[in-house]
Amino acid sequence: MAEEEKVEGLQQLKHENQDLPQVLVLGSPTCLQTLKQLYSHKFRFLIPNTSLDSLYPLTAPLSSISAVICSASFSLTAPVLRLLPSLRLVVTTSAGTDHIDLNECGCRGIQVAGAGKLFSEEVADMAVGLLIDVMRRVSAADRFVRTSCEAATWDFPLGYKISGKRIGIVGLGSIGMEVAKRLECFGCTILYHSKHKKSAVSYPFYNSVIDLAATSNALVLCCALNEETRHIVNREVMLALGKEGFIVNVGRGSLIDEKQLVKFLMDGEIGGAALDVFEDEPNVPKELLSMDNVVLTPHCAAFTSECIIKLCELVAGNIEASLSDKPLITQVKW
Amino acid sequence: MGSISVLLVGKVLPYLEQELDKRYNLFRGIDPSQRAAVLRDHASSIRAVVASSSGGPDAALIEALPKLEIVSSFSVGVDRIDLQKCKEKGVRVTNTPDVLTDEVADLTIGLILAVLRRICECDRYVRSGNWKKGDYKLTTKFSGKTLGILGLGRIGAAVAKRAEGFDCSICYYSRNEKPDSKYKYYPSVVELASNCDVLVVACPLTPETHHIINREVINALGPKGVLINIGRGKHVDEPELVSALLEGRLGGAGLDVFEKEPHVPEELFGLENVVLLPHVGSATVETRTAMADLVLDNLEAHFLGKPLLTPLV
Repeated sequence: MAEEEKVEGLQQLKHENQDLPQVLVLGSPTCLQTLKQLYSHKFRFLIPNTSLDSLYPLTAPLSSISAVICSASFSLTAPVLRLLPSLRLVVTTSAGTDHIDLNECGCRGIQVAGAGKLFSEEVADMAVGLLIDVMRRVSAADRFVRTSCEAATWDFPLGYKISGKRIGIVGLGSIGMEVAKRLECFGCTILYHSKHKKSAVSYPFYNSVIDLAATSNALVLCCALNEETRHIVNREVMLALGKEGFIVNVGRGSLIDEKQLVKFLMDGEIGGAALDVFEDEPNVPKELLSMDNVVLTPHCAAFTSECIIKLCELVAGNIEASLSDKPLITQVKW
Repeated sequence: MGSISVLLVGKVLPYLEQELDKRYNLFRGIDPSQRAAVLRDHASSIRAVVASSSGGPDAALIEALPKLEIVSSFSVGVDRIDLQKCKEKGVRVTNTPDVLTDEVADLTIGLILAVLRRICECDRYVRSGNWKKGDYKLTTKFSGKTLGILGLGRIGAAVAKRAEGFDCSICYYSRNEKPDSKYKYYPSVVELASNCDVLVVACPLTPETHHIINREVINALGPKGVLINIGRGKHVDEPELVSALLEGRLGGAGLDVFEKEPHVPEELFGLENVVLLPHVGSATVETRTAMADLVLDNLEAHFLGKPLLTPLV
């Protein structure tokens, strides 16, 4: 177990009714409180007391656990999975699965369920809100109004028009399609890059992200994070996007070479960026904290009160399906 | 045309001021004492006035300019111009419709999302280091909500079109019902407010629409309702709005305009359910340039005896 992180120990697990199926909850998902309120009569939720994102290798409860609920902030690595020999199901409360060792799950026959398309509208809404904010300087303007003294006139820098612009979507999955649908109503021209061209879609396809960036006024990143997409927005892509180009990231922080982005923002090589995700959350490069041409949000694109209940229903539904050997509702296939 | 005297009475894009200077004999009269000096010496030669949302010729000024032929406004709203007086005196008036419709509609959606999803607050949350202590709370979804539009003109219709992309239901109030519209009509502002989640003010400011958003409308919109004002500050009874927000009778507000710009009620600064913008509805490089060109083209057309491009009067 040498590769595991050091731990202090998993202490008393909280218990409720002994007869109910046990579900281990890792990473403090946002929906936990609601999950407990709605489903404590169906499942026994085991919540580690430790604040560390690791498990101590011991005791009966862990070896008998067959289902885990996991948030996007918990790394469900192979060593951690090996602590759970009876595991049959992982339900992640996120659409992304980059925090789960899917290969290990595959080898062990562990099924994985995700959030599917549940958040797509919320995330698309936020992506559009972030795009408008960074191009029209909404957050910067709000700050300006709240902090400028009683000036005789308002002197605030102009923003850039969104309507009619060319928007390059990186990753035309469920979220990417929802973003496209919204921006079409602004008269934007939608272009995209995806792993494969989508025959059912009429938007122009670009095989290379650099070519997409060169012809777009803004890039909106909606793809999953995996080995192929790590740092898909790199130095060359950002240079191609240019000094009046904008980036919106609602995917994962590591889709962008963050250090390079910071440097380009400082040097004026790129127009601006709106970021809901970062390479090392919740840490944000300090250089960004004083910039007016960036918008920074704390990985909350999916989190509305409306979707939390639906998420709990989906999580519970997937667990019940697994327990009754039925097909999962939102099985992740890879 | 270098000898034609033009008086500038409102703040405009530097590009426009420069062009006016090049093409005409430009007098600057934005500042009251500046204006008094200009009037004293040049009132009888001024043939055109260039106005904007920050300043326009009232009846007194129009009377003081006996040779005035045209007022060209660098804005779509002309509430600062005494249109009646212009009509009486045969003075033409032009504004800048259409070139800013998209911009204002874009910003309106941006304001709605900023309020409902707390984007500005989230940005503050990250910048202040609070994210290291915990996640931000849940916010409210926009997609699928009911949008009420007060004034289904060019801007109102453009807002509606964008909101349809978010699967919103659209309803509206207008002076007259629009028979060709697919949206639901309400015959009063209070009924509109009672039946929508987000109310957008997108009508012109006239004596009839002054304080059209009053206590009754605000209460009808309610503790979960959001008011978005991209019209004029005077559309809203501002003290009523402030007390409703402080008391929780209104869910939130996104305001691009205020009754006495650039003054903004300080009580709003501490609220997390409001977004406050410094009248930037049309503030993009692209639009301001297009607006400037329209002002210049209208003036040129007038002095060449050609038809005006965008006349109001």
